[in-house]
Amino acid sequence: MAGAIGLRNEAKNLGRRAAVTEPPFVRAILITAALVFLAVFLMLPIFVVLVSALTKGVQFYFQAFTEPAAVAALKLTLLVAAITVPLNVLFGLAAAWSIAKFDFMGKKFLTTLIDLPFSVSPVISGLIYVLVFGAQGVLGPWLQAHDIRIIFAVPGIVLATIFVTFPFVARELIPLMQAQGNEEENAAIILGANGWQTFWRVTLPNIKWGLLYGVILCNARAMGEFGAVSVVSGHIRGLTNTLPLHVEILYNEYSFTAAFAVSSLLMMLAFVTLALKHFIEWHHLRESLANH
Amino acid sequence: MTRFGKNDMVNGDALKFKRHSVIPGFDFALGFTLTYLSLIVLIPLSLLFFKATTLGWEHFWHTVTSARVLASLRLSFGAALASALVNAVFGLLVAWVLIRYDFPGKKIVDALVDLPFALPTAVAGIALTTLYAPHGWVGRILAGLGIKATFTPLGITIALIFIGLPFVVRTVEPILQDLENEIEEAAYSLGANRWQTFYKVIFPAILPALLTGCAMAFSRAVGEYGSVVFIAGNMPMKTEIAPLLIMTKLEQYDYAGATAIAVVMLVISFMLLFATNIFQAWTRQYERV
Repeated sequence: MAGAIGLRNEAKNLGRRAAVTEPPFVRAILITAALVFLAVFLMLPIFVVLVSALTKGVQFYFQAFTEPAAVAALKLTLLVAAITVPLNVLFGLAAAWSIAKFDFMGKKFLTTLIDLPFSVSPVISGLIYVLVFGAQGVLGPWLQAHDIRIIFAVPGIVLATIFVTFPFVARELIPLMQAQGNEEENAAIILGANGWQTFWRVTLPNIKWGLLYGVILCNARAMGEFGAVSVVSGHIRGLTNTLPLHVEILYNEYSFTAAFAVSSLLMMLAFVTLALKHFIEWHHLRESLANH
Repeated sequence: MTRFGKNDMVNGDALKFKRHSVIPGFDFALGFTLTYLSLIVLIPLSLLFFKATTLGWEHFWHTVTSARVLASLRLSFGAALASALVNAVFGLLVAWVLIRYDFPGKKIVDALVDLPFALPTAVAGIALTTLYAPHGWVGRILAGLGIKATFTPLGITIALIFIGLPFVVRTVEPILQDLENEIEEAAYSLGANRWQTFYKVIFPAILPALLTGCAMAFSRAVGEYGSVVFIAGNMPMKTEIAPLLIMTKLEQYDYAGATAIAVVMLVISFMLLFATNIFQAWTRQYERV
């Protein structure tokens, strides 16, 4: 449910006749109201990040994310995303394959369960792993006896990130594969292809844009997750600090300019995500028009 | 839950777990799905509920009805509701303008609507706090009017409006797009003016999507943490949201307290998810008729 929005399939905007639209002055008022609202709520936050990041000059700006703690945070963020995204892609493919290509009992219930992490607060997502792996958790004593650290260490951060990004890929693929139906796969199997060949040569080319879309959404959330990671991280500088946590530390230390400099890096990630999203939608639209 | 078609009755496997298919890989795919789902989501989540049962009813009740916890729950749900209502109005307005009108820079504005999805919440949090602080760009104007945004419930609501906006816009847009010109022309030719056409013809058609979008925005807002903690000020009883109180209890090693609040939040969220699903199934059925 909440958390992800499907690929849009826009049709061409048809011209509206005067009878079914508003008088010009009403249109002007509505457009102005919408733009003012968006300017205050979406544009100003972007500008405030950029302006605040550069208040102490370009040199300070670059220093903020080349200092060792920031570099370590960046590396950890990349590492976490590099583990989380492929795992959730595997899961998304398996879930979509079983739900979209087959009919079995409890299918709808399973789909609801996959969406569950979206309605769990990020803080609770972290808490559940503390209850399993923390010092007082179910597996705590055993882990301590074997000297394995999960909470306040990198594995905990990865687990919490997997949880919050869990539904992204599956959510994109299930409706897409359901809409495409089974005919092409059935034909491939009957013509003698095995399961893998069918998947690689028939299914994958059909779902590639949806899959890519799921991947970029999953990646953006994985790199930007704050609440869940905050619970399990322990905030050890240089060791268990991701970029968003680094922003928090800098901000709470009143290093506002540095906090906004690192933030601008994360904002760049958001812009790349949005640009890729539009690129994918454009391709998707072009292909679906070509197929008709 | 799965609906089997007529063919199943003919094939005689209506009572089987799975309908026959020539496509391979079912056992492997479903097996992997269920294992991964159980390990990552189901087992850890059930442990939370199991842990809550070990607290004992009295302890549990005592924790969740303490004044501080009740205040935080009231704030979280109240601010989430207020933000969802604001987004219902402005989300619909933005969707309407983006789908129906043309103006310069429309493509960029359209792309920006997704920003709250893509922007890490901590960045949103410190940006909004700086913006609405008494000396910030917007805060200065509000201060002139005698309104204080940061460290008040108003600030929390502003952060939640930011987070929830795309849910409403992106849920309403496709429905608005698919609405046919003809029904509006019919309303016009039957003598309805533009406003009547809107609230008697268009609004009822988009209402289910609008409600779904608001429910999504609300459920996201209830649990939101990153964008809120900076602007909230986190004063107990006043501006302390429930997720933050869970965090505080954890930092004090009060695992029982954290678990109890988490269970209350989850039960309410799951009931909301359930209600939304039923509502969506109901509207879909209605559309088919």
